[in-house]
Amino acid sequence: MSTYPLLSLAIWIPIVAGLIVLATGNDRNAPLARILALVGAVVSFLVTIPLWSGFDIANGGMQFVELKSWIPSFNINYHLGVDGISMLFVILNAFITIIVVAAGWEVIQNKVAQYNAAFLIMSGLMNGIFTSLDGILFYVFFEASLIPLYLIIGVWGGPKRVYAAFKFFLYTLFGSLLFLVAQMYLFVQSGGSFSILDWHKLPLEMGPQIWIFLAFLIAFAVKVPMWPVHTWLPDAHVEAPTGGSIVLAAIGLKLGAYGFLRFSLPIVPDAAHQLSGLVVALSLIAVVYIGFVALVQSDMKKLVAYSSIAHMGFVTLGFFMFSAMGIEGALVQMVSHGFVSGAMFFCIGVMYDRVHSRQIADYGGVVNTMPKFAALFMLFSMANAGLPATSGFVGEFMIILGAVKFNFWVAFAAASSMVVGAAYTLWMYKRVIFGDVANEHVAELSDVNKREFAILAVLAICTLWMGLYPQPFTEVMHASVNDLLHHVANSKIQ
Amino acid sequence: MFANFVVPDLLPAAPEIFLAFMALAILMIDLTVKDGRRTLTFILTQLTLIGCAVIQAYTINGEVTYTFSNMFVDDLMADVLKIFLYMTVVTVLFYSRAYVTDREALSKGEYYVLALFATLGMMVMISANHFLTVYVGLELLSLSLYAMVAMNRDSVASTESAMKYFVLGALASGLLLYGMSMIYGATGTLEITAIQERLAAGAVNKSVLVFGLVFLVSGLAFKLGVVPFHMWIPDVYHGAPTSVTLLIGSAPKLAAFAITMRLLVSGLISMAPDWQGMLTILAVLSMAIGNLAAIAQTNLKRMLAYSAISHMGFMLLGIVTGIVSVDGRFALNPFAYSSSMFYVISYVMMTTGAFGMILLMSRAGFEADELDDYKGLNKRHPWFAAIMLMLMFSMAGVPFFVGFFAKFSVLQAVVATNNIWLAIVAVLFSLIGAFYYLRVVKLMYFDAPADDAPLVIPTSMNLLMSANGLAVAFFGIFPQSLMELCGVALTRSL
Repeated sequence: MSTYPLLSLAIWIPIVAGLIVLATGNDRNAPLARILALVGAVVSFLVTIPLWSGFDIANGGMQFVELKSWIPSFNINYHLGVDGISMLFVILNAFITIIVVAAGWEVIQNKVAQYNAAFLIMSGLMNGIFTSLDGILFYVFFEASLIPLYLIIGVWGGPKRVYAAFKFFLYTLFGSLLFLVAQMYLFVQSGGSFSILDWHKLPLEMGPQIWIFLAFLIAFAVKVPMWPVHTWLPDAHVEAPTGGSIVLAAIGLKLGAYGFLRFSLPIVPDAAHQLSGLVVALSLIAVVYIGFVALVQSDMKKLVAYSSIAHMGFVTLGFFMFSAMGIEGALVQMVSHGFVSGAMFFCIGVMYDRVHSRQIADYGGVVNTMPKFAALFMLFSMANAGLPATSGFVGEFMIILGAVKFNFWVAFAAASSMVVGAAYTLWMYKRVIFGDVANEHVAELSDVNKREFAILAVLAICTLWMGLYPQPFTEVMHASVNDLLHHVANSKIQ
Repeated sequence: MFANFVVPDLLPAAPEIFLAFMALAILMIDLTVKDGRRTLTFILTQLTLIGCAVIQAYTINGEVTYTFSNMFVDDLMADVLKIFLYMTVVTVLFYSRAYVTDREALSKGEYYVLALFATLGMMVMISANHFLTVYVGLELLSLSLYAMVAMNRDSVASTESAMKYFVLGALASGLLLYGMSMIYGATGTLEITAIQERLAAGAVNKSVLVFGLVFLVSGLAFKLGVVPFHMWIPDVYHGAPTSVTLLIGSAPKLAAFAITMRLLVSGLISMAPDWQGMLTILAVLSMAIGNLAAIAQTNLKRMLAYSAISHMGFMLLGIVTGIVSVDGRFALNPFAYSSSMFYVISYVMMTTGAFGMILLMSRAGFEADELDDYKGLNKRHPWFAAIMLMLMFSMAGVPFFVGFFAKFSVLQAVVATNNIWLAIVAVLFSLIGAFYYLRVVKLMYFDAPADDAPLVIPTSMNLLMSANGLAVAFFGIFPQSLMELCGVALTRSL
């Protein structure tokens, strides 16, 4: 165990770095702002490394715990800790922040300091979400992280950015407000505690459990997003700048899924069992129906956005199998999706920066002018389609294995949807990359520069690493997932 | 003739006496001031208020002291509220300084003297323990404000709103007086604490009492500005000179909270089931109408007026849940009242900043009160845009700003008394409310500036505005001190 408050550093270093970047002021100091932002992001990433290297894989409980009284009037504590479920996301988040700062290096020329500061602050806030063990602390980070993304979409976004930013903010706020009321109810029931770990042990009758589960479901379903509350996501993705899309897909969507594991399953296990049919049904709709929706998209970003919803459908499906295989598969899928969807959005960003169009119809034959790019994009498309040896395969395969034990037909529906997944991704790839050079814009394309190549290469290494040797990722999860399943298996009704 | 005359204990009322004396002195001194900017008058006014704060701070003893034959009470709640009152009025006058000196009709000695008298009225209201004291304080406040609204007498809008304010205000005073007379008829006393004793002793004509209560609550509702007694708020806020709007919209909320506490909780606690029902309806209607109507506004002053209505509705929720009936007897729940007090203080902090921003953006011959005047503020003055952003998110109840914890503490009180449906209604209306606050952020950050005139802001104003904005953030991250202060103040006073 380290003596440094690593989790606090993981939260506050990016936020302080963000404020410093903000202080560089207007665009005359843009180069300085970029360098400071990169330094801040790298330092923030480095402090999260000891979380993995110093992690005790045999311990299913919380590690690196920090506990300080914050608001004694309501018994709210500054209580941080990570277990095998949350640890990887802290690191993933810090890693993606570096990618995002690098991705906006040349592209963003307007209000550079504010742009980078927003991402750094958001990164710190999201680390706060993954590490909070106090309900209100979690909520505060959860809601505060909306502000930077609202600004990112609204200030640096596309033509319909205002609509997308409002829709994103209000949808998420709607869900989280009911979540807040549920937390207040739990505070009263538990005799005055906002500690998530206390709530894990709190006995509850079935009636309240159902209501709490539904309140949690609305909050997290909006965030994941699950069908039918997913409509904000395609809008947000399409309008957001590349960096915003990367963070939203890689980390933003994981927050909701993480909430299911931290709140819904262990706090109200009986309701979770009771209503698992509902969640499984919604997940299958996301996997199958949204897959078909993705197939007909003409805008690349929208297509990847819908594919994200389908992939997250796999994740929620995995959670509600109530088996170690399903939950671990879902966690692997979440991490993998962080790399793959981030890379997909970055690839689209690379093309958009050159052609200023995201329409599939405006492309064709890109391989002739951008061979290196085409090769890397190929890898990520395959990973998105779930090809073995890429990270995309591992998670989906584990979830389907888990589902077979749960119900054959559920597994069948999920497995056959992988065909649709391959279809929409590869068909898009074929139309954009192969064929004859479609127009003079494509003919003038220049291949990826060193910065872009480096970003894609790093993401490619991660994708292949997870696909070929997922052991380091899964071994940290076992103890915590078993601990979680233990909570879920025990009825709270007395 | 004077044999029975006992000199009352003047110490509890020392700040009031000092203020009254100084207000009269300043009125005289001002006759000798030739300076059109009234610098001396301004400085003396501010020194008077600071002097009051010093006297107040020195006379705090944490005990409940009655004086003037029990007509006047000095308790910790009064001390805390008055100190916030002085701070608010000092800030208000500072913000108004440039605005007032730029406008000849306002830049008169009477302006400052009336502000002092209004403050005196609020102080008397806060410390009232007798129906007549309440009424005298209220009228002193109202008459000063009527005159201040009308001071810009060449403006049709100001004159109209002054007339409206006066006529409706007189009506409300009439209602309040009528209610008081009914309660006097039923109980035979005008002294607030004595009323409570008579009621507890029983043998009081209930129907006369309830009749009186309805009028009393209506009068209070008018002064608080809650639906359906809210009609004057938008028109007066909009029509009054912005510096006066700032005064009307901020400090009197503290006094209105105090008389609501004194009349309903100290005086009529035995009638709690009756007035709780009335206040619940007022609260829900205010949150509904206030938030919905604010969406349609194009003028920032009007928008903030409707937002004031919704905030007062929210604040009432804490008063509604302050009394719990245990086995037919009433138990006070100071925790709920302190949440309301915390809410009111936070609200005053935010609203002072928001109206202050309008004042700072205005200049000679230009009122920056249309929403469109805030377009592109981020380009013109990023720091002010950031402060306004904090204020708006705080009002919307988004963490890490004080508005979140204000809403949180009131909601927690509501949930603790098992009124979960009320909490859900409240959060849903705050969701609607978030929309129009977000719109201000949208104008400042997403839109291009419509007006490129440079903002010339004196350093002192800049510092004060920064302090105000940072206070909203500071108490959002560390709300404990303020919460505890309100909690202690109320437990010691009830």
